[in-house]
Amino acid sequence: MLNLTPNIPDPDGFYEELIRAHAGLSKEQSDAFNARLILTLANHIGDRAVLTQAFEAAK
Amino acid sequence: MVATRYKTAFQLYPYARVPAQGNAPVRHPVVIVGGGPVGLALALDLGQKGTPALVLDDHDGAGLGSKAICFAKRTLDIASRLGAGRQMVEKGVVWNVGKVFHADHKIFDFNLQPEVGHRNPAFINLQQPYFEKYLVDAINKAQTAGAPIEIRGRNCVTALENHGAYSTLTVETPDGPYQLEADYLIACDGARSPLRDMMGLSFDGRVFEDNFLIADVHMKADFPTERWFWFDPPFKDAGQSALLHKQPDDIWRIDFQLGWDIDREKELDPDRIRARVDAMLSSQAGHVPDYTLEWTSIYTFQCRRMAKFRHGNVIFAGDSAHQVSPFGARGANSGVQDADNLGWKLDLVLKGLADDSLLDTYAEEREHGADENILNSSRATDFMTPKSDLSKTFRNAVLELANKHAFARPLVNSGRLSVPCNYAGFALFGADALDGGPDLSAPGMTCPDAPHGDGFILDHLGGGFTLLALGCEAQDVVAHGLTAQALNIPAPSEALATRYLGEATRGIFLIRPDQHIVARWNDFDASETAAAIARAIGKAG
Repeated sequence: MLNLTPNIPDPDGFYEELIRAHAGLSKEQSDAFNARLILTLANHIGDRAVLTQAFEAAK
Repeated sequence: MVATRYKTAFQLYPYARVPAQGNAPVRHPVVIVGGGPVGLALALDLGQKGTPALVLDDHDGAGLGSKAICFAKRTLDIASRLGAGRQMVEKGVVWNVGKVFHADHKIFDFNLQPEVGHRNPAFINLQQPYFEKYLVDAINKAQTAGAPIEIRGRNCVTALENHGAYSTLTVETPDGPYQLEADYLIACDGARSPLRDMMGLSFDGRVFEDNFLIADVHMKADFPTERWFWFDPPFKDAGQSALLHKQPDDIWRIDFQLGWDIDREKELDPDRIRARVDAMLSSQAGHVPDYTLEWTSIYTFQCRRMAKFRHGNVIFAGDSAHQVSPFGARGANSGVQDADNLGWKLDLVLKGLADDSLLDTYAEEREHGADENILNSSRATDFMTPKSDLSKTFRNAVLELANKHAFARPLVNSGRLSVPCNYAGFALFGADALDGGPDLSAPGMTCPDAPHGDGFILDHLGGGFTLLALGCEAQDVVAHGLTAQALNIPAPSEALATRYLGEATRGIFLIRPDQHIVARWNDFDASETAAAIARAIGKAG
């Protein structure tokens, strides 16, 4: 089951880190980074049903 | 006149005038159009069962050129059942290791070597003309033993009149046209199937906008017998991907993915091809080895299938019915599975042992097989030829991650290799009632191979229905005029027990003539077996 309730202990810190990870990257580099990030997180989740729910939730 | 569309590698069935050419049309139970791997395998299977099969081919042997090269274990198991497998494996190049590169880096390698205890290897590379030659050799041998098989070379079907219960064919020959009739007409006449066009049937699917250059080169090279595949190859002008793979007779298959907007004529210029090949080979060998170009062509491909493989008494098999990209070796390998599926059903129908509706299950089961192949092939192609910027971004992300992290390697798709089709859930299959039985031997699956006696278990299965009893005993069971012959193996080899029984200590398996498992049980029960046989030939109540 996809968790759609707040789950990140330090939301502002996380958000800042996410944006900072893109600092200095071109649009193309950022897109590539995002793709690698999505794949890495998806593998960590692993559960196909949860991933399908996430695709739905992100629409 | 019969036009020559291509050169032949081997002349196997030279034209010979037959008496029927001067007389009224003769009716044949089965006419197979096309003497490729599918038509030949089907003719051989039918003939060995005693059912007459006439093959019409518009050439007189195996066509030269770049066609199928990669034959899977399932195909070799079928060929072994038909008596042609040993020659194929002896001539073929057995390979197990594949390496996938992204530019200069090797991302990963894989080893297809299955566990020991199988008659046939996972894959061999063998030029299609050899595959056809060995089938024809086996047909000649079967004919000598009395099998009612006939191949007529340079017999080109130019018109088809379908009367429902039978078809009339007009056949062009070097001596002019003649007519013959077929109760069942089997179209094994390839992706451009003239019979399909004559019937006005469509062949829909996706066209992939990409061009691939094939160069088969002859050279003595000490590269290992491995499949090497590059994404973004590091050598000059190699395109978006490249492949190097060994075939028999010191021939190496090289493939370059050139993209969509190319000048075909320019790219086929031998000097230009040599420049590409030079760059690839020198990057691997450190110098340009001596080689000759044996065959070059540029191909595009499509993934498509006919909506229905059966149209009354006209049945389509192989490329005429379905077409995929070459990545995954799913073309000829799936076509031979079509022949394997159709042969015994057609035989039973013609012998009056099964109803004509059994042939509907050929279409159902093999349409499912085609869908599976098209799905795998489309996915591989979408990975290799991303259709949008975003798709390319993800593709490249996978390749970059695969360099560093194991998790991304299963996402890298340079073709998912052909595996046997599983028919689980289709109407002809019965009980899955073996407690602790492994997935490998579940109803719908092909029989796994395993050592037995001095040979292998698959050598004892097929031809007719078999009732395999492992660790126990069964008797022959007769139902609807068919006998399932008991094969009692009280003390199975370890591999046989592991692959069929899993955690069980004994088990009973009903096996079809095409070596697919129909049903499995803990104990022998004659009436349950009889019911399963009835179901397997489409006579379930």
